[in-house]
Amino acid sequence: MPVEVPKTTWPGSVKTITLGATPEEGGTRSRTVTVGGETTLPFLHFETPMPNPPAIAVEIKDHRPDDWSPLLAEAWGDVMDDPAQWAKAAEEAGADIIVLALSPKNRDGNETTKEEAVSAVKAVLEASGLPLIVWGPGQADLDNELLVAVAEATKGERLVLGICEDKNYRTIVATAMANDHLVQARTPMDVNLAKQLNILISDMGMPLDRILMDPTTAAVGYGIEYGYSAMERLRLAALQGDAMTQLPMIVTPGFEAWKAKESKVGEGVPEAWGDWKERAVNWETLTAVTLIESGADIVVLRHPESIKRVKVAIEELMNV
Amino acid sequence: MALSGIQIYKLLPQTNCKECGFPTCLAFAMKLAAKQVELSACPYVSEESKQKLAESAAPPIRLVTLKADGNEVKAGNEVVLFRHEKTFYNKPGLFIRLKASEGADAIAQKVAAADAYRVTYVGMDFSIDGFAVQADGGDLNAAVQAVRAKSKRPLILIGEAETLAPALPALDGETPLLYAANPENWEAMADLAKKHAAALAVTAPDLDTLADLTQKIKEKGVEDLVLDLGTTKLSEWLARSTQVRRLALKNFRPLGYPVIALAGEAGDTAKESIFAAQAIAKYAGFIVLDTFAPELIYPLLVLRENIYTDPQKPIQVQPGLYEINNPSPEDPVMVTTNFSITYFAVANEVEGAGIPAWLVVCDAEGMSVLTAWAAGKFDAERIAKSVKEFNVAEKVSKKRVVIPGHVAVLSGELEEELPGWEIRVGPREAVDIPAFVKQAL
Repeated sequence: MPVEVPKTTWPGSVKTITLGATPEEGGTRSRTVTVGGETTLPFLHFETPMPNPPAIAVEIKDHRPDDWSPLLAEAWGDVMDDPAQWAKAAEEAGADIIVLALSPKNRDGNETTKEEAVSAVKAVLEASGLPLIVWGPGQADLDNELLVAVAEATKGERLVLGICEDKNYRTIVATAMANDHLVQARTPMDVNLAKQLNILISDMGMPLDRILMDPTTAAVGYGIEYGYSAMERLRLAALQGDAMTQLPMIVTPGFEAWKAKESKVGEGVPEAWGDWKERAVNWETLTAVTLIESGADIVVLRHPESIKRVKVAIEELMNV
Repeated sequence: MALSGIQIYKLLPQTNCKECGFPTCLAFAMKLAAKQVELSACPYVSEESKQKLAESAAPPIRLVTLKADGNEVKAGNEVVLFRHEKTFYNKPGLFIRLKASEGADAIAQKVAAADAYRVTYVGMDFSIDGFAVQADGGDLNAAVQAVRAKSKRPLILIGEAETLAPALPALDGETPLLYAANPENWEAMADLAKKHAAALAVTAPDLDTLADLTQKIKEKGVEDLVLDLGTTKLSEWLARSTQVRRLALKNFRPLGYPVIALAGEAGDTAKESIFAAQAIAKYAGFIVLDTFAPELIYPLLVLRENIYTDPQKPIQVQPGLYEINNPSPEDPVMVTTNFSITYFAVANEVEGAGIPAWLVVCDAEGMSVLTAWAAGKFDAERIAKSVKEFNVAEKVSKKRVVIPGHVAVLSGELEEELPGWEIRVGPREAVDIPAFVKQAL
């Protein structure tokens, strides 16, 4: 019995966005990463081929974080003390993109200065030729101060600067526009809030192909279903032709999974949770894979083993 | 797919006799389409129409129930492609596969551990759903008996008809799933399934052949079918599962059955876990794992619960003042929202650390702290209202309240709303509460 497989033809598509710039393009990256461009739902190659695989970004810090799980400290070892070494190790572990998350405080416990932020960014850019995303510490005033300095010191690199939120986006967007960078725009798991922030940012004159949309996610067990459905709805809206949702999506399963107790803690937990390390890696990997299935274009991860596993999953999903 | 009101109207007598309680046949048809009345309210509808309406009312994906000794695992009856459109209903059953060649003792040991496995997530207890036993040259009968000695959960039996047949009489009264009929063996498998009232998995290398097979098997009188998509390649399985779901929802009956995924066939444990996660999100009705390891089963059970949560109803707890570890009047007062995941994260931390505390659970319409705050459902006014409404001041001697770190920004406003109270900012994540209480309170 010949089965007629229903194929959907969508009027809209996701924008294609390239992170990083090579020397010919005005930057110093040895390679760039292109994401987005989908014309159907994730990995439905029988409708139209998926043009770009989802990319794995690996999160590192400007100095050793004191609130990360001991499992992460064990996995990365001494490189955590040096962002340049850490970036190299992340590249070797399989990163397509590096995320450098700046800390609010420097090693000595004082507020991170512009000079320190710029020097950490420059060190990472020198150590690794991968495209770079730079996150501020997550405090509006400090974010603006540090990210403006970073943006100016790296003009033309096509970094991604983040994280823009509705309460604080203007300064970051302005400096990204002035210095040929991109921005990451985060909203809390809601289609309309995501659209709204994209509109606000593009109203400032930022081209849509320089905005990555971060719809916010949660780990397995901590509300992943909200992020999952928000992403499915955003992607459906994009394919249906809603221009303000046609941006590639970046999500942070690493951050979310590693703040979950299941990953963070090894002692004093129920026996039914099983082996700590394998559970933690599963938590991060399964969160990431589930989000990739719902439309994530960039997943930001933390553990080398999760990076390896998610990479295999992406390869298999791209394999027609 | 279900018929529209107009399509139903054409099948009714169109006499407007009003005996059904509605003024016209069309009004009745509209109510039928909305599933608000039963067809039996119409005394004059023809047998032919009845049959047509019954067919159209049949779910696009057949409900298949595996049974054993009061335990049931259901799959099917799904109505949407995306969970936000309505909800996913029947969570895919998680089965653990054993091979007869492992020997009865090893099987019994594995089954005992897997059967006894329980894990609690936000106040709900989860366990695995059943076992699959594969005839791979060992003594299948002994293997099945070994499973049955340790577990009463439903079974999937994997093998050819002649090897499965001797093990089935002992499972009389159960509904196991036989795996699997293929283009070569389907007649023997269908006969066996029919004889023992078992459900039957059907597998084929492509959807054309699969649809052919289900038709032929159905004609033989076996209706409880389950589809195996003939691949464990991640992308291929996703494509076929999506195609089957779409076709089924368009009322293409030959593929209107739940899907089974043999995750253990996907490769090593890492690949197995990824394949199982995809199967949970992408429409599997039964998932068979080779690995029974709590560190894998736990996240899969939780992911399954999350994906199958009704998106219209956030899981909530009752707002109120919760007493944890029998607090006395001088113990701390903490505030959180009534989103289940948030509540249990906080309550479990406090309880687990042995900290006696008063937990004020605010009505934030079932949202987490950050989401509720962003949506204006968890602000100083609401927190103050809860503190007053639950008479916290009468229960405690120390008027000090700890708010979640994520809403530190509310502390000034809350001081104004709650005069005489000291407002303290706690950690952002529940996991850090015990350390905070020790150091800061």
